[in-house]
Amino acid sequence: MNVLVILVPVALALGGMGLAAFLWAMRTGQFDDLDGASWRAIADDDLPDDNDKPKT
Amino acid sequence: MDEATDLSVFVRHPAEGVSAMDLVVDGVYCGACIVTIEKGLFGERGVRGARVNLASKRVTVEWDEGTQSANSIVRKLDSLGYPAFPFSGLTVESLESAHEKELLRCLGVAAFGAMNVMLLSVALWAGASADANGATRDLFHWFSALVALPTVAYAGRPFFDSALKAVRLRSLNMDVPITIGVVLSLLMSVVLTWQHAQETYFESGVMLLMFLLAGRALDQSMRRKTRDVAINLAAIKADKATKILEDGRVVDMPLAAILAGDLVLVRAGERVSVDGVVEEGISEIDQSLVTGETAPAQILPGAMVYAGTLNLSGALRVRVSKASEGTLLDEVESLLENAIEQRSSYVKLADRASRLYAPVVHLTALATFLGWVALGTAWEPALIIAITVLIITCPCALGLAVPAVQVVAAGAMFRRSVMLNSGDALERLANIDTVVFDKTGTLTLPTRTLANAEDISAADLALAGALALASHHPLAKAVAETARARTPLDAQEFPGEGVEGTFEGATIRMGSLAFCDASAEAGPVVARWPDASLIAFAGPRGKIVFAVRQALRRDAKAVVERLTKAGLAIEILSGDHQAAVAEVARELGVREARSQMKPADKIARLKALRAEGRKVLMVGDGLNDAPALAAADVSMSPITAADLTQAFADAMFLGDRLAPVADAVALARKAKALMIQNLWFSVLYNAVAVPIAILGYASPLIAAIAMSGSSAVVTLNAMRGRRAPGVSK
Repeated sequence: MNVLVILVPVALALGGMGLAAFLWAMRTGQFDDLDGASWRAIADDDLPDDNDKPKT
Repeated sequence: MDEATDLSVFVRHPAEGVSAMDLVVDGVYCGACIVTIEKGLFGERGVRGARVNLASKRVTVEWDEGTQSANSIVRKLDSLGYPAFPFSGLTVESLESAHEKELLRCLGVAAFGAMNVMLLSVALWAGASADANGATRDLFHWFSALVALPTVAYAGRPFFDSALKAVRLRSLNMDVPITIGVVLSLLMSVVLTWQHAQETYFESGVMLLMFLLAGRALDQSMRRKTRDVAINLAAIKADKATKILEDGRVVDMPLAAILAGDLVLVRAGERVSVDGVVEEGISEIDQSLVTGETAPAQILPGAMVYAGTLNLSGALRVRVSKASEGTLLDEVESLLENAIEQRSSYVKLADRASRLYAPVVHLTALATFLGWVALGTAWEPALIIAITVLIITCPCALGLAVPAVQVVAAGAMFRRSVMLNSGDALERLANIDTVVFDKTGTLTLPTRTLANAEDISAADLALAGALALASHHPLAKAVAETARARTPLDAQEFPGEGVEGTFEGATIRMGSLAFCDASAEAGPVVARWPDASLIAFAGPRGKIVFAVRQALRRDAKAVVERLTKAGLAIEILSGDHQAAVAEVARELGVREARSQMKPADKIARLKALRAEGRKVLMVGDGLNDAPALAAADVSMSPITAADLTQAFADAMFLGDRLAPVADAVALARKAKALMIQNLWFSVLYNAVAVPIAILGYASPLIAAIAMSGSSAVVTLNAMRGRRAPGVSK
């Protein structure tokens, strides 16, 4: 059972990373705009100029 | 927003040489809007960046100081097709959102702790401690302690603080038994671990905390959402005033920049945005928003005018008597105060229950301890059993029973355009048996429409509409809107009388009955529309009298029927004259209608109703309704209501329909039923769990299952509050 001495801290560390990620996300305002993020992902703002944009 | 309005009051300076402004942009719906606004603004000279928040419909813009002005940013957004309304960004960083973030952080930490402690506990329950000397088990227990103690120390603070506060005030709230239960479970577990015991209760304490935090965080986010919408609406409504400077120049300013003692100009047809005394000018004022009276009042120098009233005929110079009452900040602050101060009276009832409950539980635990000792058990195991009684009765389900329902019901109302202003409104709303409506602006729409449009030929209406466009008078505006007129006729305005223009060589006029010499034609119109204001038109095909009135909300009749069917008595209390009120009452089929009620009369009537033992919901919008709203058991007002009135209303509803009132009542009744069910369930849970604990059978596994199970049942039951009979989805 000696492996537990490694596995349990590993489990704790992984959980801790998740917690750290959550706290970071909150501090940097990742949850401030839950609706906008889905649209930003598909925005065409990386196209070279306006003429290339699909007409909507 | 008028380009001339000086908006610099909204600019803030987050860093040296940087200016920033927060704006509400109501028209953003999708990704295309985000790109258009952000790219469009970023292309401007000196703009450092713009960020759209689609969820809250706001934009934050930053630019190098001096390169742009607040007005140029608003103009740019306007030209992009998005009318924007600046608001004071400081409110965003308010206490509320800080509190919400704090709760979320605690919830995150508690979830992390619960996850890891559970990981260890489940392993133990599954048999990981089967080795001979229990070394692994002890190791797991020490790991649990390592996680659970800091977790609870951090995530438990909202409860500990509140419990401490309550104890210092020598009272008890729900947080006191919660704190005692959690702290004892941890302390006992540490001692048990020290003694190499078989079982510990770390996971019970942490899990309890997590469930309760989840409930609080949801509650808080619901409140913030409501408040955000309130801020947006206030920003969009943001009145401005025309300030007269010392040197006689006039400049438009947002109301936030107007101070007591300033002199403002109110032109004909404008809404008065301040309270003040008239220094110069004679006019008629439509005070329907203030008094409910639809007939205009004569205003002379020295008279008081109130914010929200409509200046009909002449320009007025008004000395501001109060600093911008009901500005964005005031409004939000009063909303906040109400929302924070007032927890649901059912929570208060639960608090009261906990005052009763805490001694009972603690005495039961003591009795358990003494009982086991008396039966010959050693004091240590007896103490452990006594503490498990405390842990298992820890009011997890009881603590969630009411808040969970509140969150769900408030969310359901929010989606149906009802914003709860005070926490305990739900329960009071569920208890009502009488609904009292104000007429003007509540049963009727706040805007005016032409009542007798059908009696007038299309050609006459079109011509009258075109002429009406030339006038600033609100009655003329209603005619122009009904006629859908777009191109104004060339016309001259005679302030206080009307407008005169020419059409195919003939002179045509629109204005007062006297101005158009149409008194004879007015008779039948008055008889047909006793509550209407009249405006006359002298056209090429004879004289016409238009009846302009505030039409009933389209679904008013249906809503009154729905409320009646729900077993509620309906009354109308109006400050308007008798004929107007009788007409509306007849149309809606309401028998109890009183007219010419002054604020004191309204309160007297409400008191009389209460003396009969009735529970009254007052729905009103006027300044004259504010005291009545405060006096009623529970109150609602439309979002168009006077600012002061809104501050006294327990709930507000948006839009042109009256249906939210009926929806709110139905949802509140459902919510109350669910709260009672939940409370009974918690009692039942305790009735089963406590004997098990007293007999000493409450192992940590049983405690964990019982607590999470009861929390889940209560929460799932609360979800049913999203729908109620008769409420559309």
